Amino acid sequence: MHFEQLKFAALWIMATSLAGVLSAPAQADEFTQADLNRWQEQYAKVVKDGRELWTSSKLGSNGVACVQCHPNAADTHPETYPKFQKQLGKVAPIWEMINWCIQNPLEGKALAADDYKMIALQAYITEERRGVKLAPGKH
Amino acid sequence: MSKSINRRDFLKGAGVLAVAGALPVSMVELAFADSAQNFSFAYISDAHLQQIKGAKFVNNWDRGLIRAVAEANLLTPKPDFIVFGGDLAQLGKKAELDHGAEILSALRSNKVYHVMGEHDYYLDLGQYWEKLFGPQFYSFDHKGVHFVVLNSILTYDDWTYKRWPTAEQRMLEMADLDNPNGSPFMVGDKQRDWLKTDLEKINKATPIVVISHSPLQKIYKNWNFWTDDAEQVQALLRPFNKVTVLYGHVHQIQYNQIGNISFNSVMSTAWPWPYPSTYAQAEQYLPKLTVPMNRADPFFERDATGWQFINLSNGNVDMHYDLFSNTNRTVAFNTKTGEPEDTVFQSPDKHIPPQTQY
Ligand code: HEC
Ligand SMILES: [Fe+2]
Ligand SMILES: [Fe+2]
Repeated sequence: MHFEQLKFAALWIMATSLAGVLSAPAQADEFTQADLNRWQEQYAKVVKDGRELWTSSKLGSNGVACVQCHPNAADTHPETYPKFQKQLGKVAPIWEMINWCIQNPLEGKALAADDYKMIALQAYITEERRGVKLAPGKH
Repeated sequence: MSKSINRRDFLKGAGVLAVAGALPVSMVELAFADSAQNFSFAYISDAHLQQIKGAKFVNNWDRGLIRAVAEANLLTPKPDFIVFGGDLAQLGKKAELDHGAEILSALRSNKVYHVMGEHDYYLDLGQYWEKLFGPQFYSFDHKGVHFVVLNSILTYDDWTYKRWPTAEQRMLEMADLDNPNGSPFMVGDKQRDWLKTDLEKINKATPIVVISHSPLQKIYKNWNFWTDDAEQVQALLRPFNKVTVLYGHVHQIQYNQIGNISFNSVMSTAWPWPYPSTYAQAEQYLPKLTVPMNRADPFFERDATGWQFINLSNGNVDMHYDLFSNTNRTVAFNTKTGEPEDTVFQSPDKHIPPQTQY
């Protein structure tokens, strides 16, 4: 469909669906500075939790922490994922490499892909890498 | 995974013989042009032995040091002495330093010279370390070369004595490389005065080798690849013809030439560190001369770790890196260019893809 047509269709749908409603809710694509601040705060909190995990020995069983080998999360290359990992024998997402480092140098238990800790680790890694161009597949 | 099954077996069987089978011959044969004048020493550093609980230590780090000791024992001709470059412990604990002293006691060498690392120091400010290994800074002469060992990981008194409620917290704050609560390393007035006096009696033609834990040059402050009073120390070394600074702490290959002073880093036996240039938010100054080590392969736990032996022919350093899971490297002083150079990879068309750090 043409863009102009799409816009028209969307307006029409909104208009008809709002017809029976007394007080109109905010437009779907409208957000305020307060919203932006709140979302940024949420994100910053997860990054902070990620940094805490990074420097703590709680992810593993031998007292070792990610920060010992990856200061400021350097050498984690989030911009290169997904990529082929020779030893895994396949194209892998970054959380599999995170688990690899948890299980080996830290002698710990793998985290589920959607575990809050896994998300926080990725948020921290990516935050430290901000500004670097995406380079999926790069080794 | 077969790795974790092998761990215990390896430690139990970690005799010299187990390792000897895996040694490439080139690593243990060292031919001297003039054996009376030249000499070599081995340099092992940054073992970071880490206590888990009681007699349990992190296996990975133990194995690095045990292997370096076993390999150094196989050097022929025997090195004149061994240097241990600091960070023997992870958190400065007696148990960790004792454990390290025990592993190092297997070295078949007349003499081991010790260097203080921040991981050895910031729990009790070097007290127990001194008991085991002697003074924190000193000098000695060997076959016409004057050696100076400095404690370069001191910092501002305010940080050391006033900032932290406990010694344990002080140690932890200094232990993480990227901790914003850390503080820059320095040699300090007292040692610089001592160094000045120590060097006054030395002939300017005598080759000088200064051994410190941190680089006596400024590379990246936030990770303490840095010594705050580096320029002042360099100034004291400037009057001499041949000066080399050897340092640990950085867990990677670095080399540089500043005026008359050559700089060579050594590897860690425990783990490699990323080059500061790989931290996207960092401003840093990796010496242009340095051809980086290969990017570490996390699937080989000893990759990008190792130890080195050093040949001091005519007072200049040939640094041989014995990398446990990687091709060995040699960085030797080139008398024509007056700079340390990698004997294989120095020219840009000789670089290989794993040397690209990003
Ligand atoms: C003993 C040292 C060590 C520890 C501890 C360690 N890693 Fe690693 N890790 C490495 C090395 C070495 C690499 C390879 C770096 C490279 O590819 O340049 C690596 C690679 C990675 C990668 C992939 C990087 C890439 O380029 O593809 C990720 C992600 C990662 N580590 C996350 C972690 C996390 C999370 C932790 C803590 C749970 C951790 N690491 C702990 C040594 C370590
Ligand atoms: Fe170290
Ligand atoms: Fe250090």
